[in-house]
Amino acid sequence: MNSVIEMIEGLGRSVLNALARLGLAGRFFLAILMVIGVPLRRFSLLVRELYFSGVRSLLIIVVSGTFVGMVLAIQGYEVLQRFGSAETLGVLVALSLVRELGPVVTALLFAGRAGSAVTAEIGLMQATDQIAAMDMMAVNPIARIISPRFLASVVSLPLLACMFSAAGVFGAYLVGVKLIGIDDGSFWSQMQAGVDFRLDIVNGLIKSLVFGVAVGLIAVFEGYYAPPTAEGVSSATTRTVVTSSLAVLMLDFVLTVWMFRGLNG
Amino acid sequence: MKKSKFDLAVGLFVAAGILALVFLAMKVGNLTGLETSEGYRVEARFDNIGGLKVRAPVKSAGVVVGRVDSITLDSQTYEAKAILRIDQNYKFSKDTIASILTSGLLGEQYVSLEAGGDSVYLGQGDRISKTQPAMILEKLISQFLFSKASESTGTSK
Repeated sequence: MNSVIEMIEGLGRSVLNALARLGLAGRFFLAILMVIGVPLRRFSLLVRELYFSGVRSLLIIVVSGTFVGMVLAIQGYEVLQRFGSAETLGVLVALSLVRELGPVVTALLFAGRAGSAVTAEIGLMQATDQIAAMDMMAVNPIARIISPRFLASVVSLPLLACMFSAAGVFGAYLVGVKLIGIDDGSFWSQMQAGVDFRLDIVNGLIKSLVFGVAVGLIAVFEGYYAPPTAEGVSSATTRTVVTSSLAVLMLDFVLTVWMFRGLNG
Repeated sequence: MKKSKFDLAVGLFVAAGILALVFLAMKVGNLTGLETSEGYRVEARFDNIGGLKVRAPVKSAGVVVGRVDSITLDSQTYEAKAILRIDQNYKFSKDTIASILTSGLLGEQYVSLEAGGDSVYLGQGDRISKTQPAMILEKLISQFLFSKASESTGTSK
């Protein structure tokens, strides 16, 4: 009997802990927003973070984008040629990249490549008391350390998502037109007829902007509140990747329902 | 010295991102041509619009000349009111016929404009009076079945 009560207590405690953590994250987010002007005024802070988060992720994004596009072209062709409409491959690939795969896969890769590094860096700063030292010197660590990293993620994720989609379309062009031999002209013209700038490309950009906020916030939050031990930093890094991946996929569902439902009504 | 390395790389990164966006907008999307030009709006009322959607193309002789701007139901006459935005490069006479057709057997529906002979042209806010509603497959089939049935009963008597 006691063990059952303990179990229920444990359940309630973990729910309350999760809620408290969510509230803490919300407060932390507001604190970042209050000082978001600092990295804009001291631009070199932002540029440094853009380099480490954005530029260093470039290779993995472009290479994976190209391969995703190539695979989409092969799989799409396989199905479409059964209906004798292989020319619509361009639309299929472009729409799936611009609407879904570009923003989502980029955000997942970015969380693994850059988000984890940010968490580990901030966590280690916290563990070695660098952030406390900054506070002692009357330098706001949130303005100096956290907000540039957060802003860099918000800025670079949409750019990376664009590059991912562009690389994917290029990969699909290579496989579809050069390898399989779909007509060059109809590949592009069908694509242009099927993809709308406002509806598809801008919505994809909005998605990746939201993902940038989510991944950036989770990465700096987990780092800032990581327990100051080796184990704490390592588990915080893991949590960043897991939580941001889940957050991105859930947010994607919500945004997709909001953006594309009723599109055909 | 180290800072300038960051600057260059980040500048290139941002430029590449914007370039990718421009590529998506111009080459993949359709941000060129019709979308940017203004055009004038005309109104067309249909008994039934079938599966016509907002943003469906308006074609004349197969050439896209505009888009469907909005579709609403007139609660007085119970007719569907479609607002068509037509590129201002194209002029259509007052007695143009608007009909809703389907591209291919299973394709999307679009509005087709057939120009008439009137010398007065349609302008902003005008109404196309001659329209042809969409073909509803179920209605056609039931009409066909009823006519068949009445035919067979007629011959048996």
